[in-house]
Amino acid sequence: MIRIENIAMRFGKTAAVNGVSLHLDSGDSVALWGANGAGKTTLIRCVLGLLRYRGRITLGGHDVRRHGKRARLLVGYVPQEIGFYDDLGVAEAVRFFGRLKGLSHADAGATLDRVGLHGHEHKRIRELSGGMKQRLALAIALLGDPAVLVLDEVTASLDAVGRGEFLALLEQLSGMGRTLLFASHRIEEVASLAKRVAVLEHGRLKEVVPCGDFAARIARNAVLHLSIAAPIRKRAVELLSAEGLAPQLNGAGLLVPVAPEHKAVPFRILADAHIPVDDFELVSHEHAARIGTERMPEEDRP
Amino acid sequence: MSALGILPTVGVERTPPSVLRNTMTIAQRELREAVRSRWFLLYTLAFAVLGLAVSFVSASGSGGSGLSGFGRTTAGLVNIVLLVVPLMALTAGAASIASDRERGMLSYVFAQPVWRLEVLLGKYIGLAASLLASLSLGLGACAVILAWKGIAARPASIVWLTGLSFALALGMLSVGMLISALARKASVAVGTAIFVWLILVFVSDLALMAGTVALRLRIEELFLLSLLNPLQVFKMWTLHGVDATLDVLGPAGLYASEEYGARLHVMFGAFMLAWVVLPLSAAAAMLSRRSPL
Repeated sequence: MIRIENIAMRFGKTAAVNGVSLHLDSGDSVALWGANGAGKTTLIRCVLGLLRYRGRITLGGHDVRRHGKRARLLVGYVPQEIGFYDDLGVAEAVRFFGRLKGLSHADAGATLDRVGLHGHEHKRIRELSGGMKQRLALAIALLGDPAVLVLDEVTASLDAVGRGEFLALLEQLSGMGRTLLFASHRIEEVASLAKRVAVLEHGRLKEVVPCGDFAARIARNAVLHLSIAAPIRKRAVELLSAEGLAPQLNGAGLLVPVAPEHKAVPFRILADAHIPVDDFELVSHEHAARIGTERMPEEDRP
Repeated sequence: MSALGILPTVGVERTPPSVLRNTMTIAQRELREAVRSRWFLLYTLAFAVLGLAVSFVSASGSGGSGLSGFGRTTAGLVNIVLLVVPLMALTAGAASIASDRERGMLSYVFAQPVWRLEVLLGKYIGLAASLLASLSLGLGACAVILAWKGIAARPASIVWLTGLSFALALGMLSVGMLISALARKASVAVGTAIFVWLILVFVSDLALMAGTVALRLRIEELFLLSLLNPLQVFKMWTLHGVDATLDVLGPAGLYASEEYGARLHVMFGAFMLAWVVLPLSAAAAMLSRRSPL
């Protein structure tokens, strides 16, 4: 269904994607995994024909460069964040994109029902929350029941609750014969949706591994990202350090490397000291290294 | 059927929508957004108020004749059009693509089964329709006032003026869209459009006068150089249309009337068409080559 053959794309002198080849059959589901700048989003944009590239990409046998319109008719795309026209009504947006996809009368109500936006048809887009906007983007992507879904870090801009809901929605939608290509740096997303994981590093495809193997590898080598209120973060670091862990402060909380069989230990230590944990996620070492510096405020930086 | 009510009918291949259909879909959306926006209301209002003021003052004066039969009112309206219409069209065109690019909407629309040319043409047609509506409202209000005051200004002059104003708007819209296709930010695009407007409205005339004196340009050179400015083409074509001669423009006008006669219509039309087609073609080329991000 998706054939990516020896793709290369440069931004000036920097090779954003270099010699990547990847084949997805109908019903396949592949996660693109890698640190920021690894080339995940660039590869997705090449698949959509948004960027000029060397090599060849076909969707359902249609060359993206030469027959882009026909190729994109097979695709539903959800970007990381979308700046919809704020004054547009929700139903109006569905109808507009439905017409662009060749649907004469897109049933806005039914389409919005699919993604849990029932009752929001008459709202303006500016009235929707970030999570609702992502649901709307998903509703639009599903118009015409495309054979391919392309998702680009779709939960990155959502909070923990919104992320969970959106992921549950995607899980329900997957496994219906659609081919899924998505970029993510969240292991729970990858584990839920992917059959295979394509690991990108500096624009090159490092490996393609079955999702189970990849998840096990991550679990062996994971970091807990704990959201803890700022005034008690340093106290939490002291407690965890005293127990032999190696916590690291960042802007939103703590990063604590944990052994796979002891993931609950930091929670027990903090609960004993009555330090509440507002939220948590299990992330890879690469992701932890990134967010460790990205989100750290000046006063917390070493 | 799943819990979400989705039938597993994925992958049924359909025919992509036609160029016309996609273009008109985008044009309708663009027109709707333009009509809802403040600039449309503001420009229409400004245009109508200025036009009415000119009409009223002119009507109170000599009674609508003068300037070799070319209505004083129409002459006033030409000057209003020369100021307002290029500004309207340039800024509307400049904001269109750049603002979509800035908010990520351009790449999202390009990720749909559309050609980039369809998006450009759709936006162009939608904005052109909104400009036509704005011009018709503004000039229509003036025509009504003229009729109400019993001024003997030829209705044909108003129709001619409206038609050429629209042609000027189309040319300026093309230039605005080219600026928009080149700019990464809407603010830069609109700023550039205003700069271009200043050059066309004020600087080019001064430059032409200075050039004439400094370089001792011949009258035919002066006339041909003035054709490079679409505002001059509009002015000369409007006057030529309602008066047949261009003597109000001085020696260059007299030269043009005598040298080219009736061929002036074709000449002005060709230059105006070039101002519509060339920048829009350049915008299409830019849009197809450049990343929408």
